[in-house]
Amino acid sequence: MIYLDNAATTRVKEEVLEAMKPYFCDKFYNPSSIYGPSRDVTKEINNARKFIAQSIGASENEIYFTSGGSEADNWAIKGIALSRKDKGRHIITSKIEHHAVLETCKQLESLGFEVTYLNVNSEGLISLSELEDSIREDTILVSVMSANNEIGVIEPIKEIGEICHKHNVLFHTDAVQSYGNINIDVNDMNIDLLSTSAHKLHGPKGIGFLYVKRGVMISPLISGGNQERGKRAGTTNSALIIGFAKAIELKLRDMKSNNEYVLNLRNHLVTRVMKEIPYVRINGSMENRLPGNINFSFRFIEGEGMLLKLDMAGICASSGSACTSGSLDPSHVLLAIGLPHEIAHGSLRISINEENTMEEMDETVDVLVKVIRELRSMSPLYEDFVKKEGSVNV
Amino acid sequence: MYSDKVMEHFMNPRNVGELEDASGVGTVGNAKCGDIMRIYLDIDDDTHIINDVKFKTFGCGAAIATSSMATELVKGKTIEEALKITNTAVMEALDGLPPVKVHCSLLAEEAIHAALWDYAQKNNIVIEGLKAPKSDIHEDE
Repeated sequence: MIYLDNAATTRVKEEVLEAMKPYFCDKFYNPSSIYGPSRDVTKEINNARKFIAQSIGASENEIYFTSGGSEADNWAIKGIALSRKDKGRHIITSKIEHHAVLETCKQLESLGFEVTYLNVNSEGLISLSELEDSIREDTILVSVMSANNEIGVIEPIKEIGEICHKHNVLFHTDAVQSYGNINIDVNDMNIDLLSTSAHKLHGPKGIGFLYVKRGVMISPLISGGNQERGKRAGTTNSALIIGFAKAIELKLRDMKSNNEYVLNLRNHLVTRVMKEIPYVRINGSMENRLPGNINFSFRFIEGEGMLLKLDMAGICASSGSACTSGSLDPSHVLLAIGLPHEIAHGSLRISINEENTMEEMDETVDVLVKVIRELRSMSPLYEDFVKKEGSVNV
Repeated sequence: MYSDKVMEHFMNPRNVGELEDASGVGTVGNAKCGDIMRIYLDIDDDTHIINDVKFKTFGCGAAIATSSMATELVKGKTIEEALKITNTAVMEALDGLPPVKVHCSLLAEEAIHAALWDYAQKNNIVIEGLKAPKSDIHEDE
């Protein structure tokens, strides 16, 4: 099996699992309890919190653990909307955000908030001048992701933060895809709120954090306990927090060498695909991009069929086609960068990490060449194209 | 999410291809929604028996599997028998489809009707119970 869907989730590393194990059967105590064994667990959680805080240049009392990236995104936006609603009811975000951000904004719109959705260019980047022009007197929050989950494009976060602060607007960034893959410093990058998730970086599912800059007032999303300094109720998830800290420790330790390795794999794959498969395009900027992400569109075919055929050959990847999204529309990200529907339907996202090998890249291209040829041979769009253009080589 | 039957037809689709000098060709769906089906029929003018059928489909696994199954079901049938094959029959023959994919089976039914309509138009005949195709391929929007 060749796993090329690391932007969806990653394998938990053995070291991470080992670090978590004691907290299930032995150190199971509720960290909020008063007795010694609980206090020991609390100390270990504090160390984990401190380590995680340092990883983004924050201090430990600015880190709030959540159930993952979606909760952190929901909380950042709803929490700020609630606490600042008397100051203003305008929020700015981008058209290519994760649904955890977009759907939250839609919900707030139904409650009387106004949302501006920034465009992106054909590379997938927002325009700083459009951002600045969109800021109004009543703007309370700007939320722009640091790296996109489908096309891997890295947005100009530091500059976005600068503009926000110039106009006294809070800046939230969804860093679920970028955390552990690029360097993040919340102070240098002018970030007020930042969402992450552990399972994208070899940690466990079900844990993430929201960074909230000291002094920023945010209403809780989940009430009912004093955990996380009264901001996020729910029994402290000891095992997962310890696992998260171990995962990011390993990720940051090896970041530079892993990124070089992954980039090399990706470049090899891209070079071969572009050479061996006609009528293909790459979606999103190649310069401002996460090293492990590549997103292709193959003309005349639909993505789900491609994924199923790859799956039959033991290759796991993902697509932005409508059929994989459960709606009739293809990926909102691919439409936002200006792709026509039928080209967006034929997209393939491959997300590589350091556990992949060069042999896997070669096997993937070999299979892909075959799969694309098969699907095109039964595509009426391809048939029409060939009749129009005369004979072509596939 | 797909039945074994759907996967089997997707991986080994029957009757893929084109028919030169087809008696009738029908294309339905549009690229915007992600599904286009084209059906070619070879019909005996005297007996009205569908001697051969081929298809080409741009679409998901279910779209390809329903095209394959629909062509299997109409092959060797008369026009009148073919008209009675509904999307439900195609779905049942595939051991069901996930709810979001039911439209694929409707598209298969429409594609066959569109090809029969084309045959009727070309030969100036009226096929009882056959209506003009509901949807047809749209140009890029």
